[in-house]
Amino acid sequence: MHFPLLFMPTSGRVRTHHVLPGFHVALGTTVLYLSLIVLIPLSALLFKTFSLTWTQFWDAVTGERVMASYRLTFGASFLAAVVNVFLGLLVAWVLVRYEFVGKKVVDALVDLPFALPTAVAGISLTALLAGNGWVGQYLEPRGIQLAFNPNGVVIALIFIGLPFVVRTVQPVLEDLEQELEEAATCLGATRWQTFMRVILPAILPALLTGFAMAFARAVGEYGSVIFIAGNMPMISEITPLIIIGKLEQYDYAGATAVALVMLVIAFVLLLFINTLQSWQRQRSGAPV
Amino acid sequence: MNGQRHAQRSAPRQVHACTTEPAWVRWVLLSLALGFLFLFLVLPLATVFAEGLRKGVEAYLDAFHEPDAWAAIRLTLITAAIAVPLNLVFGVAAAWAIAKFDLRGKAFLTTLVDLPFSVSPVVAGLIYVLIFGAQGWLGPWLAAHDIQVIFAVPGIVLATVFVTFPFIARELIPLMQAQGTEEEQAAIVLGATGWQTFWYVTLPNIKWGLIYGVILCNARAMGEFGAVSVVSGHIRGYTNTMPLHVEILYNEYQSVAAFAVASLLTLLALLTLVIKSIVEWLETKDPQPASKRATEPAYLHGLLT
Repeated sequence: MHFPLLFMPTSGRVRTHHVLPGFHVALGTTVLYLSLIVLIPLSALLFKTFSLTWTQFWDAVTGERVMASYRLTFGASFLAAVVNVFLGLLVAWVLVRYEFVGKKVVDALVDLPFALPTAVAGISLTALLAGNGWVGQYLEPRGIQLAFNPNGVVIALIFIGLPFVVRTVQPVLEDLEQELEEAATCLGATRWQTFMRVILPAILPALLTGFAMAFARAVGEYGSVIFIAGNMPMISEITPLIIIGKLEQYDYAGATAVALVMLVIAFVLLLFINTLQSWQRQRSGAPV
Repeated sequence: MNGQRHAQRSAPRQVHACTTEPAWVRWVLLSLALGFLFLFLVLPLATVFAEGLRKGVEAYLDAFHEPDAWAAIRLTLITAAIAVPLNLVFGVAAAWAIAKFDLRGKAFLTTLVDLPFSVSPVVAGLIYVLIFGAQGWLGPWLAAHDIQVIFAVPGIVLATVFVTFPFIARELIPLMQAQGTEEEQAAIVLGATGWQTFWYVTLPNIKWGLIYGVILCNARAMGEFGAVSVVSGHIRGYTNTMPLHVEILYNEYQSVAAFAVASLLTLLALLTLVIKSIVEWLETKDPQPASKRATEPAYLHGLLT
């Protein structure tokens, strides 16, 4: 990569004098640090994968157990993100539109899944939903088991993804012009019609972005899931755990191959989210 | 006449009423939202403390009499004490270069800064194993010089730095971009040195964003589990951070001790939320109009370029 050429000031040539000092020092520090911590280590993943033949790679990433883990990881992440779209919109709506006692506390608490270490979230959700837990003791006699199976994975991922939807939708709802809703009502729309035809189209890009971010986060999540999942091969084993399992058996190449698949999917999601974001900015009329 | 005046008086209320829902709908939505948040946020929080104190205060405190617990707490503090300042320096440098200058490839550079947000923590740990591990690129050289990175403290610090890499930079970039460069230019023209300009002009303008980024970075640094778990090797009393110590205790069915240590991490999370709320509140009180922070928390910027 041609960093020195790529990151040149746009205003003229190399010797351009800036009024502000420190451009080269700051950019140099940034590029150096970025290369050492992120780019070179990530490239190791790529080079390690090149040491495999195509058949070896294909076998590693399409093994029976690995395929089962993809189904669980992506299925559960999708389900959790869908649930979060509805519940996150509900929470954002209530926080923006209604007044109630303790609103500030509730608003601050929405960030909890982000601030709480994932391992703590994992063991506490497990304790809550296990057969002797506060919630589990009422569900298990009725035959509903939420811990130690794929249900637990979905629940942990709902917990992890919640703030992403709330915090993307909330500012858009706040900025929404009430005049539009007034106009809709004046023109004879019911409240439900106003929501479906006026409000929902305006917040749709934010909602989709929140969905994609919750999904992306869920796909890579490890800490909160492994405690509650039960980790049975073929049934409740997530893909990051497959990578750990291969590492523990010193199958570095296999672990790397699966990790590369995860990385590529993460990139695709990131691109998708960026596209959604620029769509949202165009919608809201802000400069792109 | 009377009726007309009445109609006039209640007019604003009617306008308001046409952009909200009937009372019963509001009630149902509010109860649903609060009920969901109670189940998903409050109950897990309460569970941590209830499980930790299940066998009384003494059993709870016993968890902290173990030397392994103290070693884990110490390692967590050391890791955060290295990772946060490193990312602070990087964050300020990156934000200075990206926000205060027009440079080619700005969007690309910003995306690279975001990268660690979208990488699974397990993959983040794995890449360091591939470089520094026994079979890794530098493995033989490190072994020859008797330096251990993987299954040792340096690996844990590296993995933590990777995972918390974008927090401060992503908080500062939009903030400094919104503030422009006029104030700094004025300072330079009036004869201030670069450092003076940064110290007396830029820093006061970005202080809230900086504090905000630092506390979120710190929370993640102390709580990181997946990435650290891959590089740590789980050596008790040596390479266990607090989250890893919680995992080991939990897997050994020492539930009370696990939740006792977890409760410390939970308090840290709550403290983070409190400081964050205070910073947001102080920010709105701050008379300086320039210190406007973007409305979304840092972890969202990560995925929004």
